[in-house]
Amino acid sequence: MSDLRDLYQELILDHTKHPRNFGALENANCRADGHNPLCGDKLTVFLDVSNGVVKDARFQGSGCAISTASASMMTESIKGKTRAEAETLFERFHQMLTSPPDVEVQDAEELGKLVVFSGVKEFPVRVKCATLAWHTMNAAMRHEAEPVSTE
Amino acid sequence: MKGLSEVLAPETRKTLSSADVARIREDFPILKQQVCGRPLVYFDNAATSQKPRQVIEAISRFYAEDYSNIHRAVHTLSQRATQAFEAVRVKVQRFVHAAEDREIVFVRGTTEGNNLVAHGYLRPRLQAGDEILVSGMEHHSNIVPWQMLCGEKNARLRVIPISDDGELILEEYERLLNPRTRLVAVTQVSNALGTINPIRRMVEIAHRQRVPVLVDGAQGIPHLAVDVQALDCDFYTFSGHKLCGPTGIGALYGKANLLEAMSPFQGGGDMIVSVTFEKTTYNKIPHRFEAGTPDIAGVIGLGAAIDYLQSIGIEAINAYEEELLAYATQEVARIPGVRILGTAQAKASVLSFTVDGVHPHDIGTILDQLGIAIRAGHHCAQPVMDRFNVPATARASFAFYNTKEEIDALVQGIRRVMEVFG
Ligand SMILES: Cc1ncc(COP(=O)(O)O)c(C=O)c1O
Repeated sequence: MSDLRDLYQELILDHTKHPRNFGALENANCRADGHNPLCGDKLTVFLDVSNGVVKDARFQGSGCAISTASASMMTESIKGKTRAEAETLFERFHQMLTSPPDVEVQDAEELGKLVVFSGVKEFPVRVKCATLAWHTMNAAMRHEAEPVSTE
Repeated sequence: MKGLSEVLAPETRKTLSSADVARIREDFPILKQQVCGRPLVYFDNAATSQKPRQVIEAISRFYAEDYSNIHRAVHTLSQRATQAFEAVRVKVQRFVHAAEDREIVFVRGTTEGNNLVAHGYLRPRLQAGDEILVSGMEHHSNIVPWQMLCGEKNARLRVIPISDDGELILEEYERLLNPRTRLVAVTQVSNALGTINPIRRMVEIAHRQRVPVLVDGAQGIPHLAVDVQALDCDFYTFSGHKLCGPTGIGALYGKANLLEAMSPFQGGGDMIVSVTFEKTTYNKIPHRFEAGTPDIAGVIGLGAAIDYLQSIGIEAINAYEEELLAYATQEVARIPGVRILGTAQAKASVLSFTVDGVHPHDIGTILDQLGIAIRAGHHCAQPVMDRFNVPATARASFAFYNTKEEIDALVQGIRRVMEVFG
């Protein structure tokens, strides 16, 4: 049995119970809605991006522990990053969750505390929960009008 | 199967003893396995039920010994296959107590049955301003086909509301029925709440206004003895896979006079009497609705599933599942922070619940790690989730091969969920 504690790490549970940057962002200039039809998770990501830099990031919505914690920690980690840096971070994050066990993630140290999500890899059906906020952030950056869906 | 019915003597038995259930479990190879290092506890029976070896073997025996296409050739194998296939039609007829075997149309499942009625029966009869009445606890497959028709014809879909306990509000139902109502489409048992609806009464009320009724029997037939003549419903649809049968096969029951008046839904082989490029004469019912080579082995498997359930006895199955549900309800309700959705007086086999502060998806993952398979989500009944103001629920659904010990494992599992999130 893969240990449940690998998935539900203290830091993840902390962000689930006390999500950071939660609630609408009044002066957002990018926003997008994300939806995971499988579990009914719905969230909105708000960004304030100026001169190509994420000045502020917030989110709103309801979801499972993994998607809520992931959204919360994402908003923390992309603040102050350039668009390109935020997108690269998502790539690394995605790699960490989906790469085969014997493949090392490039520049894993860039992920910082996001490595707490590495346990999600053992639970393939939950990868979508962990990446929903990130996909939505990507869409917001690109000002995509259609809601993002994990399906 | 003979062996089992001899051992269990269905006529004399009101419920199943733990010895009966232990013997029954021996018939289900899948139940013997471990998941995540624990004995599998399969509580996702409302999504689909597991298959006894009697069904699995009937299908492989058919392929190994009798397989051929049906209704088409004079050779021996084709005759055997046709006979076996049509014998199942009679089996289904008797199982649902239909008056005639030609009232049974083989379809892929409940969804296809509902769509067949939507296209073959209602579509030519529906006009702008007409109404179709469904209930607030329908599965998407008993909403979307009607909604699509309404869109096309400019008709209106109306909804019978549900109470806080998850029961249909019958006064509202009577009020919603009116001279523009063309069909009532309602589920016998709710897959999300477990509610058993008072179908007989609802049919009587609809018939007073000459409105036909389609009953979605997907969740009803696995648990209740079904008598379509006593219910007096006009159509009844179900899926074999929720009945210990294979996937890809189910049946639509329709009153003969209604089926006779229906146009075919798909054209092709088997549904015709003669074809020229000028004109096709359609076959009689039910063949008119069975275009193309059907899931022959699926039908054989469905027949074996019906035999299997009857060898145990539907009444005994129903009585035993009631015990399981009562026990599970009592034990789960006792856990602080758990809310049960669906507290109707009459319920079958479904326990939908939420745990304070924990998303159902997380409950599902944690229970899975303990070997317990439940469903977490909206159960293809999003309007029910909206009605109760939850994004999703966790759902444990029981079958006659489940045990009280497995329910104890579920209760421990829910406590573990609370520890993790404590
Ligand atoms: C009440 C109800 N109706 C219809 C269906 C659809 O059945 P199928 O997918 O076999 O067509 C289901 C299955 O989940 C159900 O629970």
